[in-house]
Amino acid sequence: MKHSTFLLFTLPSLSVMFLFIAIPIVSVFIQSLHIEHKQVIIVSENCDPFGCETTTSVDTEASAKLKEKAPLGKFNGFKTYSNRMHFAFDEIGEAWNSSDSFIDFLKKIYNYPLYRALSFTLAYTFVVTPFVLFLGFLVALGVNNLPKLLKGPTIFASLLPMIVTPLVGSLILFWMVDGDGVIGATLQKIFNDNSLSLKASPVLTWVMLMVYGIWHLMPFSFIVFYAGLQTVPHETIEAATIDGASKFQRTRHVVIPHLMPLAIFITLILLMDNFRVFEPIISFRAEAHATSISWLIWNHLRESAYPLYNAAGATSMITIFCVGILLLPVLIRTWRDFNEKNKG
Amino acid sequence: MFLKKLILGGLTALFFSSSLFAADCGPNGQSIRILASDFPAIHAIANSAESNCAGSASEFTRNHTTEARQIMNAAQTPDPAEYTSVIVANSTLVQLMNDGLVRPLNDLVEKYGGNLKSNQLITIDGKIMAIAFMANSQHMYYRTDILDKAGVDGMPATYDEIISAAEKIRSAGIMEHPLVMNLKVGWNVGEVFNTIYLAHGGEFFKQGSAEASINNAKGIAALETMKALVEYAHPDHLTQASDDTQGLWEAGQAAIGFMWGSRGGVILDNEGSSAEVTSNTVLSAAPTVTGGSIPGATLWWDGITIATNVSDSEAEATFAALVSGMTSEMVAANNDDAIWLIDGFKPGPAAAGVSATAQGGAKSYPMFAQMGLLHNALGAELVDFLKGAESAEQALSDVEAVYETAAKDAGYL
Repeated sequence: MKHSTFLLFTLPSLSVMFLFIAIPIVSVFIQSLHIEHKQVIIVSENCDPFGCETTTSVDTEASAKLKEKAPLGKFNGFKTYSNRMHFAFDEIGEAWNSSDSFIDFLKKIYNYPLYRALSFTLAYTFVVTPFVLFLGFLVALGVNNLPKLLKGPTIFASLLPMIVTPLVGSLILFWMVDGDGVIGATLQKIFNDNSLSLKASPVLTWVMLMVYGIWHLMPFSFIVFYAGLQTVPHETIEAATIDGASKFQRTRHVVIPHLMPLAIFITLILLMDNFRVFEPIISFRAEAHATSISWLIWNHLRESAYPLYNAAGATSMITIFCVGILLLPVLIRTWRDFNEKNKG
Repeated sequence: MFLKKLILGGLTALFFSSSLFAADCGPNGQSIRILASDFPAIHAIANSAESNCAGSASEFTRNHTTEARQIMNAAQTPDPAEYTSVIVANSTLVQLMNDGLVRPLNDLVEKYGGNLKSNQLITIDGKIMAIAFMANSQHMYYRTDILDKAGVDGMPATYDEIISAAEKIRSAGIMEHPLVMNLKVGWNVGEVFNTIYLAHGGEFFKQGSAEASINNAKGIAALETMKALVEYAHPDHLTQASDDTQGLWEAGQAAIGFMWGSRGGVILDNEGSSAEVTSNTVLSAAPTVTGGSIPGATLWWDGITIATNVSDSEAEATFAALVSGMTSEMVAANNDDAIWLIDGFKPGPAAAGVSATAQGGAKSYPMFAQMGLLHNALGAELVDFLKGAESAEQALSDVEAVYETAAKDAGYL
């Protein structure tokens, strides 16, 4: 294909990407460098049915004038990135100096929202991704070996966790693991402990969120692998059988290499998806024990009275940066494979 | 044909007669759009306004949502605003006023507010910004039968008495977790701290400044009290808000509750619970600290406001309609739905807790412009202390640090 034709073909998609992805990212970045103007505060006398008290209120006219002059807010540089809500450089330096052991230092770091969110997000990503990949592959193999009659219904049933909306799915589970719910009450009975609560223990909350994540995402890797299995060449399998390869050897040496590009594709998607874990934290009301990067962004914007656009913007930029780092190894590998193929 | 005419005639007559007797609805043909939270008392006010004045308005829409607080600023900022009126409470009035989204009502009160009482008027520096119609606060709920069974004399009035009563119930083997409180991470857990801190006589900010001042002896004492209470609360307490605690209470799984007054009517009615629970539930004042006098609660009011960014005639029609709903007939029909501030209210058992708390001298929820930011910080940072992961001093210094960062970003410091 000529370069100019190629350019013409991709122009619509490129311009849409530029308009709806590139420009918003730049605008979010610019927003993250600005904070609100100083609010003009006046002391005022406030009377309600229970009496009068002296409080403060915002002089909206004076504050609006400041805003009109510079609608973006006050320029703050990268201070939002380095403040306590994000990388907390000053606080970490202090923690380093005042800690007597590395564990003590880690504990202190865990006190800061970004690091706390990062630790759960990364743990979630690195536990859920391999499990989903592996279990999805096993389910795909299993379904592939089923008699034809059973295949359809099994595929449908296996896809259900993905069809159910994440919010609804996790809400149902949230009720089931409640002390009065099916799972929660059964666990209490098994361990003979009436105060056992999946929601009260940090460890169990993490486990619960990860199990939910695996359950919810497995159909995705299953269906992609299953589609891939249909393309495994019969001749190679037959040849391997004639050479005396066992079923395990055939899977290990023929099927898996054939599906490798798919596995890379699934890993890429899963890494990106899992890094943005959000809904289960909300539905499981797990904020006390587990927060994620996406949850932080939402939390900065949640209070409509005081939306912290700069903090949300900074956290968003950090998310993009982290996803980039996360995907780098996989992308480098793909690039290398591509180059090798072209040489060959 | 004849029948059709008759029905049509009858309907027209009905229409005219109803509009004849209708209240003063202000200018005709205006659009009235209301945003409000979602509980029975607010429905009562809005229903009554709608039945009075929907006929003379070109449009009468209502959006009742528990998420009203989250959307109101975004909805009211454009001109014209999405709603002509937002029904608010203490903290949400501040939230709207910070962005200049509510208008002073002095002239409208003069024109339409003949039946309003002076204590319904919420004034800031003499400007009427809202008309309150009901009061609310947190207070204690007790199961007298269980207290009797555990050998507790009378009803606990202080935090220490509550803790010892809870211990008696536990050691008698009646309930492992007799206490329910709204401790859901975020707003709820912050609010519980506010109430206990106020009972200890605490101040949230340094006088005349936006600098937080909660990391002090009173703050620590409040946190210690909170921790002692939480010992007896349901293990899932960090996920529980009003609906959950009400559910536990109605299921008979709790004996001591610190819940909202607005839940009183719902808990005491004969729906969703057993006679054993409802007949033995007594509402009483919020507790004080031992030797103290301030009930640990924040007093709240709910009231109507009128948007800044709507036309004057829409504002007038909306105000007239809503005020027309605040009658003693409306109160009589919905007496137990709220602690009404309107004439004709007969306090019943469901009102006992709030009345006692207000009379005991509890404080209003603080109306500082920057209060919401401190409340958020409390809601996020106290949890580690309650889980036992950090000290009270550390938790409070975290709260101040988080507040300071947010307040700087938002321009308050």
